[in-house]
Amino acid sequence: MTRRRLTDQLATGWMIVSVLVALVPLAFILGYVVYKGAGIVSWTFLTKPEPFDFTHSGGGVWNGIKGTLKLLFLASLLAIPTGILAALYLNEFGRGRFATAVRFVTDVMSGVPSIFVGIFIYSLIVLETGHFSAYSGALALAVLMLPIVIRGAEEVLKLVPHELREASLALGVPRWRTVLRVILPAAASGIVTAAMLSVARAAGETAPLLFTSFGNRFVTGWSDYGSPDSALPLLIFRNARSAYEPAQQRAWAAALVLIAIVLVFTILGRTLAGRRAFRS
Amino acid sequence: MAVEVKLEGLSAWFGSNQVLDDISFTVPAQSVTAIIGPSGSGKSTLIRLVNRMHEILPRTRHEGHVFLGGEDVYGDDVDPVDVRRRVGMVFQRPNPFPTMSIYDNVAAGLKLNGVRGKRSGMDGLVEESLKAAGLWGEVRNRLKAPAGGLSGGQQQRLCIARAIAVRPEVLLMDEPASALDPQSTLRIEDLMAELKQRYTIVIVTHNMQQAARIADWTAFMTVTEEGAPGRLIEFDQTNTIFTHPKDDRTQAYVTGRFG
Amino acid sequence: MQPQASRDSEPGPRAGPGSLGESMTTTTETPAPAAALERLKRPRSRLGRSADQSFRWLLTGFAAVVLVVLALMLVRTTYVAWPVFQQHGLELITKQRWFPGDNAFGALSFIYGTVLTSVIAILLAVPVSIGIALFVTEVAPRRLRVLLVYLVELLAAVPSVVYGLWGLLVLLPWLERHAWEPISSVLGFIPIFAGPANGRSFATAGVILAIMIIPIVTAIAREVVALVPHDHKEAALALGATRWEMLRLAVIPYARAGIIGGTMLGFGRALGETIAVALVIGGNPQISASIFQPGYTIASVIANQFNEATGFHIQALLAIGVLLFVITILVNVAGRVFVWRAARGLA
Repeated sequence: MTRRRLTDQLATGWMIVSVLVALVPLAFILGYVVYKGAGIVSWTFLTKPEPFDFTHSGGGVWNGIKGTLKLLFLASLLAIPTGILAALYLNEFGRGRFATAVRFVTDVMSGVPSIFVGIFIYSLIVLETGHFSAYSGALALAVLMLPIVIRGAEEVLKLVPHELREASLALGVPRWRTVLRVILPAAASGIVTAAMLSVARAAGETAPLLFTSFGNRFVTGWSDYGSPDSALPLLIFRNARSAYEPAQQRAWAAALVLIAIVLVFTILGRTLAGRRAFRS
Repeated sequence: MAVEVKLEGLSAWFGSNQVLDDISFTVPAQSVTAIIGPSGSGKSTLIRLVNRMHEILPRTRHEGHVFLGGEDVYGDDVDPVDVRRRVGMVFQRPNPFPTMSIYDNVAAGLKLNGVRGKRSGMDGLVEESLKAAGLWGEVRNRLKAPAGGLSGGQQQRLCIARAIAVRPEVLLMDEPASALDPQSTLRIEDLMAELKQRYTIVIVTHNMQQAARIADWTAFMTVTEEGAPGRLIEFDQTNTIFTHPKDDRTQAYVTGRFG
Repeated sequence: MQPQASRDSEPGPRAGPGSLGESMTTTTETPAPAAALERLKRPRSRLGRSADQSFRWLLTGFAAVVLVVLALMLVRTTYVAWPVFQQHGLELITKQRWFPGDNAFGALSFIYGTVLTSVIAILLAVPVSIGIALFVTEVAPRRLRVLLVYLVELLAAVPSVVYGLWGLLVLLPWLERHAWEPISSVLGFIPIFAGPANGRSFATAGVILAIMIIPIVTAIAREVVALVPHDHKEAALALGATRWEMLRLAVIPYARAGIIGGTMLGFGRALGETIAVALVIGGNPQISASIFQPGYTIASVIANQFNEATGFHIQALLAIGVLLFVITILVNVAGRVFVWRAARGLA
């Protein structure tokens, strides 16, 4: 075999190995989470909170699940409409220095370490109010979600053909109605995807919640956002570090639940876009 | 319902680039006026000045006036949105709203303005518009089907129906048949003879046979040298333009194409 | 012809049962919504016309939120951390000793750990990412391509706490026994591999980070590789080059700027990663030459110490948080500029 042939084959080998290096850990992580967690996940597990002493077995992760749901709800309420409106601005009126600045800052914000967002909200709100709370946690998550929504929504809005806008305006439809009734619906499925992906990301975040929502062994009420609250990632983090076996097992099971939630949002978001694509 | 359209001293710019220079002529009511000329002479820009669509684009400006039945559409008090309702436009490539059904497309002009007539009333309007556009027979049984499923020619007639559903006074058509097959083109040309009874029609076209067939009046525009803005060379009855035009350049253009 | 069944609540056309021929007028010949049309013809009121302007202002306001948030982020944190900057100034980044009880706040060891783990991550991830990018765009058959891209992006969807959990309980013990200890025993004379080998170490953190940043670097590498013009590749192949030679001559040079940009973005991501690192790095504020020793990064020390800290300690943690923020932003911006320029050069 000539040297050139050999090099070519080695290179191909390297490429294949690279793919495996990426996929094998993925398989292992998902596999382990299922393997270690599936046995413990049960209806009780999902609906009961952590035991008072989390190093003991028993109980469940309901405080984490409920907390995550509450946090995601408020964070979505804050971030998604804001993001969509900002993206609409960029798409409709987005020429000039202000728009460039907004785009630049959005890009910058998508690279901010999530822990920094946590300490930012801490310094802004927790320090002032003197206590941890779910709404500060939701705010931190919203800050993380915002750039994802803006960027995703703007990409989709850009794809809406200019002719649609022209056709609507030429009919004598005012600009704002054109945007809301013609352009936005045309981009709707892509925007939904962007929103769901941002939720999926927020669902898995731990660091921003460490000093804002903080965590709570007890389950809080659905409308109680003023108290500290748990979340699945927080729960996993604290249980994982424990030296005690029951806590670690709880962490695995909670990780399984968390991955399920994240995957549901991720896959839903991606397939929704594909299904509702119109033929133009 | 149809009115005359008077263009007076119209000039237009894209940024610092002037594309139209001092265009003036009057389009009589209830007639078909064709604007012909080579590519780049600013014909599309000209009609976009009539329904105030030119100003939608960034860094555009214009000078001159457009009088719709005596009223200056660029008057201080005039709402561009209102102008666009009164002056309908059909584009070169059919652009029905893809997320809407055939019915909803025709009704779009009204619905997008939040108008919901009594159900039966809206149906009547849609039917009337589709009939006037010569599409009713083909779609009457599938009004709820998505507009994207129609052929090119059908889509364009749908766009015509959509445009006339809001009862404009003038209908602007920017090369409406250039993206269609010959058969659909002829259907649309036939339509114009009927439509001109109710509307004042201005049609931009590359196709001189088409202009000769359907237009009562014709305006010939061109650029006199490279980089210059488009100018009006001659405006007259179609017959005159094509048989004994007054300007040599008109003569050159119409004979060159026929030959 | 029977009318089609309506698919939504709107009433369909009114050709009833015993369908009427075309010539017969249908019941829909009633005049169009006359009142509605009248309203349409009337020009908009002053209020209606200002709607467009108000709409624009509304949208502008929401767009401005982003700017406000960023400004707040910078200003508020710096303000709260200011006393620390004032008191310690440059010592914050030059001194190694971090002992809150003693008012010693030198973050050098954290900076060291942050950079070291991120560098290890890059060294491991970039060759892999380039390999994946090349494989997916040049080698893989079409159907495999979509699947592979999807799977690699799935890596990015895994929450970092799950990476940390798995890293701590599964990967770490395995690496310690099957990788770090053997390497250390054989190559331990080289300072960076010196023993005793620890599972909780810079090295393990580097490996976890590498896995986490593969999707980012791969995505960008994929994009720039796909942008390389077809004729360049064809020219190389027509000369008789093997596939690898074609990649080496025609693709990689063109994609280089973009790959560098992608590397920088991956680096920026690694710098800021907190949770996964916090779980596996061992939490020891020390600078050690060996990568098999426990250490600390800026992000993980904040995560670990924040909740027990009080007063000045908190402000100090905030201060190094601001530091991390600024460094990460700079790296990310630089990375984006590279990618943008690369895309422009190729497109």
